[in-house]
Amino acid sequence: MQLIHCPWCGPREEVEFHYGGQAGVAYPADPAVLSDEEWARYVFVRDNPKGRFEERWSHSAGCRRWFTAVRDTVTYRFER
Amino acid sequence: MVSRVSGDVVTDVLRPAGALDGWAGRFAALPDSVTLLAEPFHAMVDVRTADPAALERLVGAPLPGPNAWSGGERVTAIWLGPDEWLLTSPFLSPAELEGAARETGAAALPDARLAVVDVSAQRTTVRLRGAHARDVLETGCAIDLLPRSFGAGSAAVTLLGQSGVVLLGLGPSDYRILVRSSFAAYLAEWLLDAASEWR
Ligand SMILES: [Zn+2]
Repeated sequence: MQLIHCPWCGPREEVEFHYGGQAGVAYPADPAVLSDEEWARYVFVRDNPKGRFEERWSHSAGCRRWFTAVRDTVTYRFER
Repeated sequence: MVSRVSGDVVTDVLRPAGALDGWAGRFAALPDSVTLLAEPFHAMVDVRTADPAALERLVGAPLPGPNAWSGGERVTAIWLGPDEWLLTSPFLSPAELEGAARETGAAALPDARLAVVDVSAQRTTVRLRGAHARDVLETGCAIDLLPRSFGAGSAAVTLLGQSGVVLLGLGPSDYRILVRSSFAAYLAEWLLDAASEWR
């Protein structure tokens, strides 16, 4: 099974982690002025690159902390 | 606990019921190479703070970093996260342990900000010992348990079988497992099944 490196706990099995999607999606500065389409884009639309992808992960079965990791979506390999 | 003496009801000192009370018989049937014991009640208090030094006097040692526990018989501190520790004690009541954490913390560092919560009812404690204790754990735990990387003083919040556990290394072939009370029966069944290989 694949090991994922938690910045606090070190390498742990992938089943200990929860995936949180794309990293760095900023909350709108003024949500009230967004159109429905702009809000839908913020909530639902994410990048889907082939290759390097910055993602949020939670070490849910361990220290329960969120962190950002970079994973290659082709090889599943994590950058450290 | 209520006991009947010749028709009269006598109330003894209340003793917290353990999630694994009643399992002693099945645990006793295990061989000496894999012994299981449902340990007596441990008070447990969750502490979140950026000032762990405030609790050193209570624990009797610096609070541990990642993947470790520290302290002694009276109070043990287990690392749960970068600002979070679990204090346990088999001798203090939950209220005493919670109060001691607040008082010693405030006395040591008046400016320390501590969030102290009694979580004694959350987990129960199992002791696993014997020449094959590590073999049993290795059938369902992905942590490297070789003594060179997981020895006395090591701790891991991880999965054992399908259950979340806090695993403590106490010494060679000697482990303490903290498991949520609602998962305790599952884990006990899992451990008995895993141990059957060394019967
Ligand atoms: Zn972690």
